Amino acid sequence: MANLPDLVYQEINSKRPCFRAAVVILGLIFLIGLGAAYYMEHSGHWVTGMSNEVVWGMPHVFAVFLIVAASGALNVASIGSVFGKSVYKPLAPLSALLALALLAGGLAVLVLDLGRPDRLIVAMSHFNFKSIFAANIILYTGFFGIVLVYLWFMMDRRLKSKSSGPGTFAFIWRLVLTTGTGSIFGFLVAREAYSSAVMAPLFIAMSLSFGTALFILVMLAAYTMDRRPLGVVITERLRVLLAVFVAATAYLALLQHVTAAYWAGRVEVVDFLLFGSGFYSFHFWGVQMGIGTFFPLMLTLVPRMRSHGTLAFASFLVVIGGLAQVFIIIIGGQAWPLTLFPGYEVESSFFDGVVHGYSPSLPEILLGLGGFALALLIVALGTAILRFLPVSLADAEIDPHARKHQAETKDEEEAEPAPAA
Amino acid sequence: MSGCKISQTRRDVLKTVAGTAALLAPGVFLVAAPAPSKARPEDSMAQPSVRWGLLIDTNRCDQECTACVTACKDEMRLPSHGRPASDPQYIRKVELAEPKTGFTRSLPVMCQHCTNPPCADVCPTGASFKRADGIVLVDRHICIGCRYCMMACPYKARSFAHEAQTGQAPHNPRGKGCVEACTLCVHRVDAGVVPACVEACHAKGRGAMLFGDLMNPEHAITQVVAQYPTSQIRADLKTDPGIRYHGI
Repeated sequence: MANLPDLVYQEINSKRPCFRAAVVILGLIFLIGLGAAYYMEHSGHWVTGMSNEVVWGMPHVFAVFLIVAASGALNVASIGSVFGKSVYKPLAPLSALLALALLAGGLAVLVLDLGRPDRLIVAMSHFNFKSIFAANIILYTGFFGIVLVYLWFMMDRRLKSKSSGPGTFAFIWRLVLTTGTGSIFGFLVAREAYSSAVMAPLFIAMSLSFGTALFILVMLAAYTMDRRPLGVVITERLRVLLAVFVAATAYLALLQHVTAAYWAGRVEVVDFLLFGSGFYSFHFWGVQMGIGTFFPLMLTLVPRMRSHGTLAFASFLVVIGGLAQVFIIIIGGQAWPLTLFPGYEVESSFFDGVVHGYSPSLPEILLGLGGFALALLIVALGTAILRFLPVSLADAEIDPHARKHQAETKDEEEAEPAPAA
Repeated sequence: MSGCKISQTRRDVLKTVAGTAALLAPGVFLVAAPAPSKARPEDSMAQPSVRWGLLIDTNRCDQECTACVTACKDEMRLPSHGRPASDPQYIRKVELAEPKTGFTRSLPVMCQHCTNPPCADVCPTGASFKRADGIVLVDRHICIGCRYCMMACPYKARSFAHEAQTGQAPHNPRGKGCVEACTLCVHRVDAGVVPACVEACHAKGRGAMLFGDLMNPEHAITQVVAQYPTSQIRADLKTDPGIRYHGI
């Protein structure tokens, strides 16, 4: 991009009413989420839908979604720094900021749902290194540090040319991080819906899909609200990326179930999730595969549907489908009872042998939404305080070919004789 | 603390073992040496030379009998809030039915005190741990209430304290927001007394539970498991539970 001048970066105009309204609304949702967390912590978890059967509920759905998306949101920066696609570089700082914000939002939800959130310091000071959960604590903390350094390199003019080093390290780190998050489930050997090596690559694909979708939404919202020029060069590339990631996620999700179904002992749980239970099968086929996969693919791949509006809508559907996917993985996987005595029908006062019910409570959902709000609030305030975003992402600004084409068109227009009067 | 000694006299042991052995193989009686009844000195550590375990003879466990469950609730002071999905259960009776043959069994299931406990493997802080003598416990000072151990336990043996606690037993300090499970009545075992469920099973039930040190050849449990077929729940997972069953 040697023939392009350096882009001008500028803070978002925080004086616009729409920006202020967005910050106030996000702040309120975040505060409501905090209130919900306080209510659940103060009363005890019996006020939630979680139980001794379904021990992880809606907070974990939101938390895992946000944490996984955080890793994927860094994708745009990685493509620029690691794979040398310079057209993505102008958006790399926003990509890193969004990654940090989503991780902060996800971890906040996760921590606030702990039975003892006051013991966070214990989690940070007592490590069982055999635990993949402990490994994830290190991976998440490390992600913050590494991405911050990466961000510093990108935003400091003296270090900008050397940002590919930290970028590559952050890229590798986030792949390991998502592998770790997937392995939280993949390592649960006794849970028939989980224990599988496919969980790690599935979570990597999910991270790319969810993270890219959220990145597109944030970028479109920022440029629309701040009335900055946004061309189609960058959005066209993101559109194709999103389609590839959505397809990869759907493929691995199906592979996860096909692999399990091939195992005689797991046919029943696959049947339960995909065909047997109205609730989970509806969410799988209707929301995850339909709303979250088929429609976004259609919106992104059918040529005449291409526009910023349809891209935003497709990204929104990917987020909805992604939440449904994480819901099915976490809640559906727990709803299926453990098999203690293969070959026997079992019954007990502790709900052995029966599908476990789960009704999410309002505080759980509010806490999860509070995590979303926190992430977006960090992005909003970050872009208003520091220069994360280029003033213009018009095609001619970021793509030499588009600039050349524009110049040629202009020359032709000038060379063309004026029509006779 | 009320409770019977692990073996107060040779006669007591013989009675217990004989009762168990008689059902394992009618007409066959084991000759058991006295089991140790010493309490573990307070200034000594649990020893890896000991492996506490339970043998449950499902042939003697009546479907209607819940003496072990009641005794556990009383001993550990586990309240019922009328919310079965979130009320704690350290031990429960599970009814088995083999659909093809109609074969049925009733048996108690609790923390299996695995040699390789998945709960301890996954616990991020090390709050879930296995004592040197095989008893799996939760250190409630460092349990953060993440519930990952509940996700990992193959036996659904753990409960979460869903509400603030009152009237706790000194030997079972429960805390809102922490995970808990059967401790094998470690406070009694350390005092040289059998777990409450075992005591109740012998006092009110048909004596289906035998407690002892699986590494001590003089203990009745060791002799019985050496002579008669016993099984572990989900032995395929290689967790090597300290709780063994006969008759399934």
